[in-house]
Amino acid sequence: MADIATIDTPAAALIPAETDQGTQRLHRAIMIGIAVVLVIAPFVAYPVFVMKVLCFALFALAFNLLLGYGGLLSFGHAAYFGMASYVCAYTAKNWGLTPELAILLGTAVSGMLGLVFGALAIRRQGIYFAMITLALAQMVFFFSLQTPRFTGGEDGIQAVPRGRLFGLIDLSDDRTLYWLVAAIFMAGVLAIYRIIHSPFGQVCKAIRDNEPRAISLGYRANQYKLAVFVLSAMLAGLAGSTKAIVFQLASLTDVYWTMSGEVVLMTLVGGLGTVFGPIVGAAVIVSMQNYLASLGSWVLVVQGVIFVICVMTFREGIVGVIAKWIKKPL
Amino acid sequence: MLTEAAPSPAKAATIAPMLKVRGLEAWYGESHVLHGIDFDVAPGEVVTLLGRNGAGKTTTLKSIMGVIGKRKGSVVLEGAETINLPSRAIARLGIGYVPEERGIYASLSVEENLMLPPRVRPGGLSLEQIFTLFPNIKERLKSQGTKLSGGEQQMLAIGRILRTGAHFLLLDEPTEGLAPVIIDQIGATIRRLKQDGYTIILVEQNFRFAATVADRHYVVEQGRVIDMIENDQLDANIGKLHGYLGV
Repeated sequence: MADIATIDTPAAALIPAETDQGTQRLHRAIMIGIAVVLVIAPFVAYPVFVMKVLCFALFALAFNLLLGYGGLLSFGHAAYFGMASYVCAYTAKNWGLTPELAILLGTAVSGMLGLVFGALAIRRQGIYFAMITLALAQMVFFFSLQTPRFTGGEDGIQAVPRGRLFGLIDLSDDRTLYWLVAAIFMAGVLAIYRIIHSPFGQVCKAIRDNEPRAISLGYRANQYKLAVFVLSAMLAGLAGSTKAIVFQLASLTDVYWTMSGEVVLMTLVGGLGTVFGPIVGAAVIVSMQNYLASLGSWVLVVQGVIFVICVMTFREGIVGVIAKWIKKPL
Repeated sequence: MLTEAAPSPAKAATIAPMLKVRGLEAWYGESHVLHGIDFDVAPGEVVTLLGRNGAGKTTTLKSIMGVIGKRKGSVVLEGAETINLPSRAIARLGIGYVPEERGIYASLSVEENLMLPPRVRPGGLSLEQIFTLFPNIKERLKSQGTKLSGGEQQMLAIGRILRTGAHFLLLDEPTEGLAPVIIDQIGATIRRLKQDGYTIILVEQNFRFAATVADRHYVVEQGRVIDMIENDQLDANIGKLHGYLGV
């Protein structure tokens, strides 16, 4: 019989379960704190920079939903982020869709892409799953490269109009657009929080921890894995679509494998399997890229060093370490 | 709680078996572990699988549950052949499996662990009924699953299966590593479940415990059932049983 101490316990589980009232109060306080920061941020920082952080934070949260709570390591999340970015940019520019419709369409297409790719990938596990997602994402990259009429090829889709929200509110002003992006981000955070704490989320965690056991309890594990995959792809698509409106650009960078790598890095630096870690990870990595931009390609070296330090010294990530200190899940 | 009275062993022998296992073979990779297991379990009966380490007792439970890579033979539950069904479908037929390692989810609280399994049939115990059986669980509802003692984990593992409505339980060494007082509590629970009409297969190495709860004992050796001893014949066969178990 396995002794309590010898039970294989994932890092995220070393801290108490998330159901006690103290933890719920703490999470509520953090949510309010995030909302307050979102309100203050555009007045103390460059709004476009903050919007970039929020888009990538949402992307990292979507990735963390899949890896941290579904236990599925995808190396191809750029496919959903990038394809949504292209669809949103293309429909806003060429079809004249309003930004909210373009964003929703991009999100829906990434969800459908996630459904197809997920259905293929979840048949395998571990490194094979990761390699299939990478291969499928690379197919999306080459598709994007080879279809310049849709994607603009190496030039990407530039000068995407920010348009008018609901046809009424002009989003050309950075600060006006910021409130839309902040609202999308907050909605994404709340949706993910709800998913994680729903009965569906509990089953996903159970499958992540011990899939054969969950199956023997009567669950169709593959259906749950596919559902969480699609949800993650949709949220990644929401982030990608929003990014296309913010930067008025969709490019090959969005679908390239390095984008998939960056989101892994953000999640690990912030704290894999923590609710709020990916937000911190995205803020750290995007800030670094922004403020060390003068170093050129050396930013990649710095990123690599940070990744190695993170893996070697604090594998739980920034928020994971804090959660261990305060003995509360974050 | 179910109220249907369990049949006596003598009556059970005349009733059509609830579970009929014939020629069950199983493999771990290339390793052939079960070589043709045959046994029956009547409705409302508690039977044990006794045997030495490595005899194939746990593998038999896993094979019935379909959580083993390769198996063949016949496992008929209430007239339905299950050998080709996936594990989740077998669970939905009303079989509850409590594995040796208990399978408590580390990242979930006791309450979440308890509420996790889907209801597979009507008639599952309510939370209050589970708390009556295992008062300790109620006090630890908000604790993390793996913060429980071994005994509490075992109670949680059994309790969450009872909530699903499963009426046929596979319990793999529920007393191993537990303090005598907890073993007594587990024994009382099994007797209570039997009284309420549950059918149970119990894998045990501790035949002294098994004797307090079971109707019949199947002895497993080298992947085969080599003997069956009625519980009321246990004393007369104790020497033979010692030989089987190497006590």
